[in-house]
Amino acid sequence: MKLGLVVDLDTCVGCHGCATACKQWNTSGTIGPLSDENPYGKDPNGAWLNRIRTYEVDDHPNSKTVNMPMSCMHCDNAACVTVCPTGASYKREEDGIVLVDQDKCMGCNLCSWACPYGARELDPHQGTMKKCTLCVDRIYDERLPEDERKPACVMTCPTKSRVFGDFDDPDSEVSKLVRDRAGKQLMPELGYEPVNTYLPPRNKPVVETYEPKSIKATVKGWVNKVIAR
Amino acid sequence: MHPAFSVLVFTVMSGAGYGLITLMILGHLLGVPQLQDSNVLLSGGILGFVLISGGLLSSTLHLANPKNAWRSFSRFKTSWLSREAVFAVLFYPFVLAYLANVWFNGAEVNGAAVVAGYGAAALAMVTLFCTSMIYASLKTIRQWNTSLTPVNYIALGLMSGSLLLAAVQATVAGDLSSVLHNLAIGLVILGAAVKLIYLFWIGKPAGSTINTATGFTQASVRLLDQGHTANGFLNNEFGYTVEANRLMRLRVLMVGIAFVLPFLLLLTSSAGLLALAAILTIIGLLVERWLFFAEARHVVRLFHGDQRV
Repeated sequence: MKLGLVVDLDTCVGCHGCATACKQWNTSGTIGPLSDENPYGKDPNGAWLNRIRTYEVDDHPNSKTVNMPMSCMHCDNAACVTVCPTGASYKREEDGIVLVDQDKCMGCNLCSWACPYGARELDPHQGTMKKCTLCVDRIYDERLPEDERKPACVMTCPTKSRVFGDFDDPDSEVSKLVRDRAGKQLMPELGYEPVNTYLPPRNKPVVETYEPKSIKATVKGWVNKVIAR
Repeated sequence: MHPAFSVLVFTVMSGAGYGLITLMILGHLLGVPQLQDSNVLLSGGILGFVLISGGLLSSTLHLANPKNAWRSFSRFKTSWLSREAVFAVLFYPFVLAYLANVWFNGAEVNGAAVVAGYGAAALAMVTLFCTSMIYASLKTIRQWNTSLTPVNYIALGLMSGSLLLAAVQATVAGDLSSVLHNLAIGLVILGAAVKLIYLFWIGKPAGSTINTATGFTQASVRLLDQGHTANGFLNNEFGYTVEANRLMRLRVLMVGIAFVLPFLLLLTSSAGLLALAAILTIIGLLVERWLFFAEARHVVRLFHGDQRV
């Protein structure tokens, strides 16, 4: 099994709902708390497992705003695991989820240096590394109804632009989406083989823009319309 | 990358200590005449021991959760940091046995001196290599992910070690050894050459761009919003930015203090000036290590708006 997320960049509206739901669930989850320093003060700081950044892609009139939520990609070739000197970072054999054992981490930051996606953040109070768990404490919880055994970010997304599933199963929803929508990995050239995949925005017709014409041309246009009738 | 002061002190001091002990032991065992003196060997050995131990202690200061530091010996198979920790500890019995042998038997080259001496010298170099590979193995930082990184660490460690060795020998024995003096001059020239090649090499733009980072490789991409109102861990750790002018001034300062001034001082043959040269080199190398971090640009910066790293 290779669990991960598909994020649809066409429909994400950048509401930060996934990040907020993530913080809410995981601060009391297996790797919690996700501490904040000075949350209401002048210079707040805190550990988040999910960040949403907004980009402008291409130039006018083809430009598009793209919201890009990023959390751990649960890479197949996860350097954050191999650089870890204490064995706190590990990748699960059975489903490919990358986790940090909070009881073993010594807070050396090396895994965060090895991660190209900025998926790891040091907890300012605990001094240990925090990262996305793919809500491992939700997705296997048999007390939850079956359709709620998904990561908190996927459950909460109001535009359904996050999809959770098994990338090893060719008939899963995520695999189909990646095939149909030409899903992309971020920074593939580094060779980390990230599992999470991003669906590029669909091509839409360019919106016609209003170009003011001269009075003569406008009158000519009206005359032509009248004569045609 | 944010330069953590404890890591700068660690890499410079332990590098100088490992360089000093390696060169001293090799010189002793290979029969350099001025090093067949137990006072010189013990002084150099203790200085190296203090530099290495002080450096290693300093390195634990940057850990956010040091109570788990003992676990860092456990991933020798994959982690360069773990390998560094293992070899750094393995070095101690060898160097202590070597120094104890000098203490009890003088500078005589006996079986114990050969086994413990070559063992300590080899482990010192292996530890220094592991330290450099922690940085060189990171594919996320183009300026570090090069074989020039270990070459720099080893050359600069040996360089500062050779200056310390020449200074210790001249101070303790009273007369200057021309072998050690020439070795120091040669290593200063080598160190400067290696550093200049590195600075030239990192000047060329290469690697990932904001386009490969976001997956939009056929159009321009500009950051509109980082998505948070205050800097977080990623900004503080990877967003460290220094003005280009200031970097250039520091580079000139670094080359002056670490290489040019010590080289000029080495042209004289006074023990006091040699000691000054060694101290200047160590200060210069602290600036060099600061630049090594400050000029390294992690690919996470691309997500925060940099067009390329």
